[in-house]
Amino acid sequence: MQEQVNLREELEAVGIGEILKQLDQELIGLKPVKTRIQEIASLLLVERIRRKMELTSETPTLHMSFTGNPGTGKTTVALRMADILHRLGYVRRGHVVSVTRDELVGQYIGHTAPKTKEILKKAMGGVLFIDEAYYLHRPDNERDYGQEAIEILLQVMESQREDLVVILAGYADRMERFFSSNPGFRSRIAHHIDFPDYSNEELLAIAEVMLRHMNYKFTSDARDAFVRYIALRKAQPLFSNARSIRNALDRIRLRQANRLVADEDAILSVDDVQSVVASDVLASRVFETSQPAVVEQLTDKRRR
Amino acid sequence: MRITQGCFSFLPDLTDDQISRQIQYCLSQNWAVNIEFTDDPHPRNTYWEMWNLPMFDLPDAAGVLMELKECRKVYGDRYIRISGFDSSPGWESVKISFIVNRPKNEPGFRLERQESDSRNVRYTTTSYAVAERSEGQRYSS
Repeated sequence: MQEQVNLREELEAVGIGEILKQLDQELIGLKPVKTRIQEIASLLLVERIRRKMELTSETPTLHMSFTGNPGTGKTTVALRMADILHRLGYVRRGHVVSVTRDELVGQYIGHTAPKTKEILKKAMGGVLFIDEAYYLHRPDNERDYGQEAIEILLQVMESQREDLVVILAGYADRMERFFSSNPGFRSRIAHHIDFPDYSNEELLAIAEVMLRHMNYKFTSDARDAFVRYIALRKAQPLFSNARSIRNALDRIRLRQANRLVADEDAILSVDDVQSVVASDVLASRVFETSQPAVVEQLTDKRRR
Repeated sequence: MRITQGCFSFLPDLTDDQISRQIQYCLSQNWAVNIEFTDDPHPRNTYWEMWNLPMFDLPDAAGVLMELKECRKVYGDRYIRISGFDSSPGWESVKISFIVNRPKNEPGFRLERQESDSRNVRYTTTSYAVAERSEGQRYSS
């Protein structure tokens, strides 16, 4: 039994400060998420110290639920979470097994249990990330096998707490409905984290980080144009936060490439190839019309 | 009489923790781990029945241990062994095999000697448990 523990040494030993700092720098916004992760990390660190002092307590429940609109970084945070839990010694391997309804629920009687167990076996020692978890439960179809998968999951979540951390993710309103129809799930999940939408400034910062990773940059005109783009895009239906921004940047890169290739005699400098100018951004459909495009209306209808 | 087959069988029975560490070693060598059971402990009986499919691509031993516990629930009165298959040479070959569960009471074997031609002696081993009762009931009482 250890009488004293040096907190700084302990922090350095697990290298958690590093991850948290990285999390802070690389993920823009998401204030409440970061605070919660910080809290969880602190708790786990203290638990670790308490274990050393032989003040044992039960393994804390670490199952989580991430709710938020599309593109708010749920998957990214889940990957980081696995890393944090691994460094603190709460999951042994730190891998993430990411699944959806397809991988858990079978198509006929007797197909679901082996499928679900197979995935659970793979996820042991790591994190099981269930994306769009509410699809597991289909209230309109009473012969649905999703319920069977849920029962197996719940049982393993409870009995093998030290082997497996389950993270459920999905849109807030549907998750709410999912939890209300499976009361066992809600109480077995200790951490409900809500991912807020990004503000316009945060979206711009995200765009710039993404561009920097791809070795591109905005000229100052282009940045101004992109600020306007964000405001317009946000007003459109099916806006999915960072994912929309990433798609927009992909299209902007296409236009930039096209502009460069248009003049065959040009001699290109590094700066030319890297720079995104205002015309690349302004060519977007979003500026032409305030009406949502037909395609998007269609997909919108389908989503409802 | 305690049967001694496979690895570690001269040691006291492995605890679950020790079993899981052995499994973890197999997994770290990229071996496929499988669970087999039988109630015919004759040393020449190499065909044990399989519990589910062999387990490929698991990162952690907890998954195998989960299956082992399931298997013990159903076949707790029989011999259960875990084996690790290495497929890296291009065929499956057993690299490790050890017993993880045995019946409470093991009656052992009888050695039969048969006088054959020219005063030669042939030996046969028969398991008391196997001779006494039919398959599935041998160790149940």
